Amino acid sequence: MTVPTMIAQREVFGRTLVELADADPRLLVLDGDLANSTKADIFAEAHPDRFLAMGIAEQNMAGVAAGLATLGFVPWISTFAAFAVKRDLDQVRVVIAQPSLNVKIAGAYSGLLTGFTGKTHQSVEDIAVMRAMPNMVVLAPADGPETHAAMVAAHAHGGPVYLRLARDPSPRIFDDGLAFVIGRGIVLREGRDIAIISTGVHTARAAEACDLLAADGLRPYHLHLPTIKPLDEDAVVRAAERTGAVLVTEEHTVIGGLGGAVAEALGQRRPTLLRLHGIRDVFGESGPNDAILAKYGLTPRHIAEEARLLLGQPRP
Amino acid sequence: MRPAGRDAEGRVPATPSIEELRTIAREIRRLVLTSVHHAGAGHLGGPLSAADMLAALYFHFLRLDPARPDWPDRDHFILSKGHSAIGLYATLALRGYVPVDELRTFDAIGSRLQGHPDMTATPGVDMSTGSLGQGLSPGVGMAIGAKLKGASFRTWVMLGDGEMQEGQVWEALEVAARYRLDNLIAVIDHNRLPQYTWPDFGQRGREFPVQNLAGKCAAFGWRVLACDGHDMDAIVRTFDGATRPDGRPTAVIAHTVKGKGVSFMEGAFAWHAKPLDDEALTRALEEIDAQTGLSAPPAGASR
Repeated sequence: MTVPTMIAQREVFGRTLVELADADPRLLVLDGDLANSTKADIFAEAHPDRFLAMGIAEQNMAGVAAGLATLGFVPWISTFAAFAVKRDLDQVRVVIAQPSLNVKIAGAYSGLLTGFTGKTHQSVEDIAVMRAMPNMVVLAPADGPETHAAMVAAHAHGGPVYLRLARDPSPRIFDDGLAFVIGRGIVLREGRDIAIISTGVHTARAAEACDLLAADGLRPYHLHLPTIKPLDEDAVVRAAERTGAVLVTEEHTVIGGLGGAVAEALGQRRPTLLRLHGIRDVFGESGPNDAILAKYGLTPRHIAEEARLLLGQPRP
Repeated sequence: MRPAGRDAEGRVPATPSIEELRTIAREIRRLVLTSVHHAGAGHLGGPLSAADMLAALYFHFLRLDPARPDWPDRDHFILSKGHSAIGLYATLALRGYVPVDELRTFDAIGSRLQGHPDMTATPGVDMSTGSLGQGLSPGVGMAIGAKLKGASFRTWVMLGDGEMQEGQVWEALEVAARYRLDNLIAVIDHNRLPQYTWPDFGQRGREFPVQNLAGKCAAFGWRVLACDGHDMDAIVRTFDGATRPDGRPTAVIAHTVKGKGVSFMEGAFAWHAKPLDDEALTRALEEIDAQTGLSAPPAGASR
């Protein structure tokens, strides 16, 4: 196996903001005093006049973004996912989501791999929370190129978007210049024995799990859903029809995230043998990435094991 | 008072006299009472305490055009104390944004006049509000945006003193001062009665949800002005001062009486929000109609 190129989504985030702002004078960036972590500092250096420091005050930042959006600006809020989603949740609800204002919320450092910071800075429930919010689009790109493409699509979308990003470099999956359509899933692997559905940087781990299963002679189908809302229900149903057994895996709590979305779709449109894999309704802790993934059961080996457990279950 | 015709294109009608503004404020109060009576529910105390200032803003200070609610250069107004929505709707109706008859749909299913302001529903509402403490931050965004665009409009935000307990307000005050938003004016309706209030802690009385508002706003870097929020002369004089920039955002602390204009509602917790029956409405309207002005200083306004 070749060693894949590693790319950090946050680096792509900072560079793409600059690129989008070069082309669109409406773009502004609001930072919650974390620009050197989120890499919004790349934007701050390129466009200091369009970089609005908001300090450590997320509630106000969300409201300021809403006010700017009413004037026709396209504000991008940048902070850690843990704070972007929950520290200002009511503000996002009342002045961004309810009036469906054109604000982009970039949640950096999502999931468990947040650089030795632990429970407060990890974000294990952000998809569930944002997915429940009417008018909100929820995106979780898999790698650097898809982050770029998702940002282009998010910026072009005329309403609120939550963009879930990861801190550390992850394997490149897509080529540069891929097309990103909000609400469209991508089949990464065709197969007939089991469908694995994943999102975000965790998709790379799911892809590796597919390799492990294939080495055992299985033929996994792999569906990547970079848009959690609106969900590509047709793609989910196709995956279920093709295989008859669906494993959803995510670096997020098993409650209400991608797994919840898939379960809602399949439960109503095509009841299918289903297993939800992710963080098991617990908060995380600080530690090295490998140790966290091992302890919380999110390595490719764990995903493959979940697939085998599912395949061992009797079909209804 | 400032001269008439503030807008070069003459969108604002001739500036009404102080007496005419008082009449408009009385009409706002009448419409608040009849609308809440008709809806069978609604807030009364807050809209009545804000009525004089709403009259002054919408009929004298705000540069606006009711025919073009989205006119980009209009002065922006945010009612952060969103539960006073019916006061804003009555004002917008009198100003020509919605038909006065439409006030009878207040709080009804499908109405453009929702229980709390909805910018997607009502022409002339510049920001959705209702969850307290949130209105000043979008005002900061509008004021920053105006400076980025080189636009000359002002942003006014009316807050209740109760919502000054929310931490977000102080985040917004800090950021507004840092960005030197001299195009931002916060009017604090200081009626001193929130919904249920605090227990009496001795020197911190049952009234005054937040102590020393003026000192705190000044400490955050704001210019602080104060006036009797029911004395139209004082309101006009003070708001006029607030529109003369000095490099800082301006807070106007308006000393008011909750339920102002209806004797049995004034200063009464029970009338924060309460259905109004036929008999109470009749009595209330008789009182409003008997008033030729509301210039008496509110009880306890010492500043």
